[in-house]
Amino acid sequence: MGSYITKRLLLSIPLVLIISFVTFAFIHLSPLDPAEVVLHSQGIPQITDELLAQTRAKLGMDQPFLTRYLNWVVSCLQLDFGDSYITGKPVWSMLGPAFLHTVKLTLVSTFSIVLLSIALGVACAWKAGKWVDKSVRGVSFFLTSMPSYWLAALLIWYFSVKLDLLPTSGMESYKSYILPVAVITISYAGIYFRIIRSAMLSNMNEDYVLYARACGLPEKKITIHILRNSLQVAISVFCMAIPIILGSTVVVENIFAWPGLGTLSVKSILSRDFPIIQAYVLVLAVVFILFNTVSDIINVALNPKLRDGL
Amino acid sequence: MKRLQNVWKDKVAVLSLSIITVTTVAGIFAPFVAPNDPEEVHMELRFASASWEYLLGNDHLGRCVLSRLIYGIRPSMLWVFVALLLSVSIGSIVGFLAGYFRGKTDAFLMRVCDVILSFPGYVMTLAIIGILGVGFESLIIAFVLMKWAWFARIIRSSVMQYAESDYVKFAKAIGASNMAIMIRHIVPVALPDIAVISSSSFGSMILQISGFSFLGLGIQAPEAEWGMMLNEARDVMFSRPEFMLAPGLTIVIVVSAINYLSDALQVALDPKLMTSKHKQQGLEAASAVKLEGKGVA
Amino acid sequence: MTNILEVKNLKIWDSRNDRVIVPNSSFYVKQGSCLAIVGESGSGKSVTCKAIMKLNKAGIRQSGDILLRGENLMELSEQRMRKKRGKQLCMILQNGMRAFDPSCVVGVHLKETLMEHFGWGRDEIIAKMKNAMESVMLKDPIEVMNKYPHQLSGGTLQRVMIALAIVLEPDILIADEPTTALDTLSQFEVIEQFLQLRERMGCSMIFISHDLGIVKLIADEVLVMKEGEIVENGTTQAIFSEPQHTYTRYLLSSKLAMNQHFKRVMGGVNVAER
Repeated sequence: MGSYITKRLLLSIPLVLIISFVTFAFIHLSPLDPAEVVLHSQGIPQITDELLAQTRAKLGMDQPFLTRYLNWVVSCLQLDFGDSYITGKPVWSMLGPAFLHTVKLTLVSTFSIVLLSIALGVACAWKAGKWVDKSVRGVSFFLTSMPSYWLAALLIWYFSVKLDLLPTSGMESYKSYILPVAVITISYAGIYFRIIRSAMLSNMNEDYVLYARACGLPEKKITIHILRNSLQVAISVFCMAIPIILGSTVVVENIFAWPGLGTLSVKSILSRDFPIIQAYVLVLAVVFILFNTVSDIINVALNPKLRDGL
Repeated sequence: MKRLQNVWKDKVAVLSLSIITVTTVAGIFAPFVAPNDPEEVHMELRFASASWEYLLGNDHLGRCVLSRLIYGIRPSMLWVFVALLLSVSIGSIVGFLAGYFRGKTDAFLMRVCDVILSFPGYVMTLAIIGILGVGFESLIIAFVLMKWAWFARIIRSSVMQYAESDYVKFAKAIGASNMAIMIRHIVPVALPDIAVISSSSFGSMILQISGFSFLGLGIQAPEAEWGMMLNEARDVMFSRPEFMLAPGLTIVIVVSAINYLSDALQVALDPKLMTSKHKQQGLEAASAVKLEGKGVA
Repeated sequence: MTNILEVKNLKIWDSRNDRVIVPNSSFYVKQGSCLAIVGESGSGKSVTCKAIMKLNKAGIRQSGDILLRGENLMELSEQRMRKKRGKQLCMILQNGMRAFDPSCVVGVHLKETLMEHFGWGRDEIIAKMKNAMESVMLKDPIEVMNKYPHQLSGGTLQRVMIALAIVLEPDILIADEPTTALDTLSQFEVIEQFLQLRERMGCSMIFISHDLGIVKLIADEVLVMKEGEIVENGTTQAIFSEPQHTYTRYLLSSKLAMNQHFKRVMGGVNVAER
């Protein structure tokens, strides 16, 4: 097991390197000259060639590509992602807090998604084909066809405007979490609950359930066995939910003005603040790979069959 | 095509198909169908409610909401379909090459796919838009670039399964050329699989692309697009919430119809998927991969 | 000899499409004897057995009377039926590899079952299971109990099920094709244990099989089923020497060759002489 974890972690290193290179090279594919962006944002009216050359030198653009890449990687390892073109502040001082806010939103949402989808998945599997199952599946089908920003707008209109119960935006108190978390949960729970439901259903038809019944075990205990086996499938999927949600709260953050990564990234894209985009992509890609690795390891650790296959 | 007959018996599927057909036709012939010019500003008609001339009323610039919805079909649905078609085509070519020739070609192509799939899809789409600049073309390019790898993966496994079938082995034995075998024997049987997986991504792609437009990262004013219309409606959400309704409902109806039809198609073309446990687990794995693509849109 | 189990007018049908699986079955099992149910797959053998345990899937309904020591199981509530399962009616499944929860060690199931029926403590359960498992020729019982199902062979798991049945001491043991999923050698070992089980405990048994060679070895009486109906019914000797129904004759002739092969593989001494 230990050697598997080491191997798996080592395997993700080349992937991180490839991704850092792609991210770095990406920015250079842009048709725009970064120096021009910087000068524009500083409000300099007359952009001379001399000024451009100066700015390029300041940004380190006159060095060869590979040198710049290596310098960048080394400073990234120290959480130094350069300075924002627009505000001039260090990228990490903007990205760090935003990352933290998005992590908070993601963790609360994941927690509520896990709870809701397990509860619904178990209930629907237990009553498969009955009206509970049918109506839950019908509603979830409808909700997955709904744009989440529209859902968010409807919820804001009803709970914040009409009933005046919850804040429309920002991140002041626990109340601010309710609507964004609700929107994220509704958009994702439909997918995850279906995974749990079908895992439960296929486990229910297994022989071990029949044998447990034939041995006179109470239904409560049998359900625990079924759930245990179904969750084995689900846990690694849930584990991947965290980075996926982390990377896709963009729309929800924007509509609720949540001061997180999504809001920051869209703002940076609109103002072409490349260092921030670069750092944003790199940080999330690394988190993504990390979780991918962890979820594989958890999967192996939980499944005795895979564990022996090592 | 006998298998498709079952779809006809399902009334909701027929309804879904008609919704999609009508929408598509209306989108293609938008200039003839739309009652007004979607970009014509009438400041005197700002926020006017429904009238005979403007069936769904007028927006914050007095433009005809219905006409904008109809013109919006083009970017929101037809262009998304083009993007889907493009990524499925690239995915099919790669998938066919990898699945049929195997060996080094396969190993190389699949490593490329692995790298692309290990990027968080949503984040990369944002990054590509960031680099290429905000606009609808960038958005579509970003989608094609990020999606093909996923299709390639699935099409590869489906092709591999058919490439090992006896009739292909027989065709190889009697010396048919690779090209002929692919076109005559593999493409026809792999097509239903391709149809099922691409139709199942269509709905979520519409939602995602309209989501990006909603953020202002896609199509730019004054052109009409559903996500964009919702973005405009958001500004007056507190005073005129009813403007959220028309574009929102349009998206929900169209996407529901597409999703329903895609499910029906899957049942009709591949009944095994519904019964065989083994396949179902495969499906589960596939949908776990798909989660990445779904995302909040 | 009294009848330990009597099944009267058992009808089984699928409520979802109204298809009748078993139209009308009546049979009995005498105290201490072994009834074999033979027939091809899909003839309703398994469904009949599950009906006795009242364990068929949700959509499958049944009617008639099932009397266990004179008590009608059909009239029992699910809760009281559960108390009978395991303790009075014990079942052994076809595929040992799939009969245990794959995410738990085998011992978990054994412990849960025995705790449920007897309320024994951990040590007592281990001691009793150890004895029983040794008696079915399982080496290192403690180790077996601490292993996951996939780490053990089908034959071993089959014998674990038999060992559990020995500890439970049921009135009647239902074995649903217990040897089909095994290779010839393990088949031999498992059949050996069934024979000893009968000798030692005088346990009544219903033995489902489509392998007539094994049936001849183990059964006192035979029931032949075809498409849900009982076409012939009699002592093993009678069925094998003077089959009445054409279907039975057909089964016998088609299985004869395999039967001989089976005996040859088994060495023809140990088992065949019993």
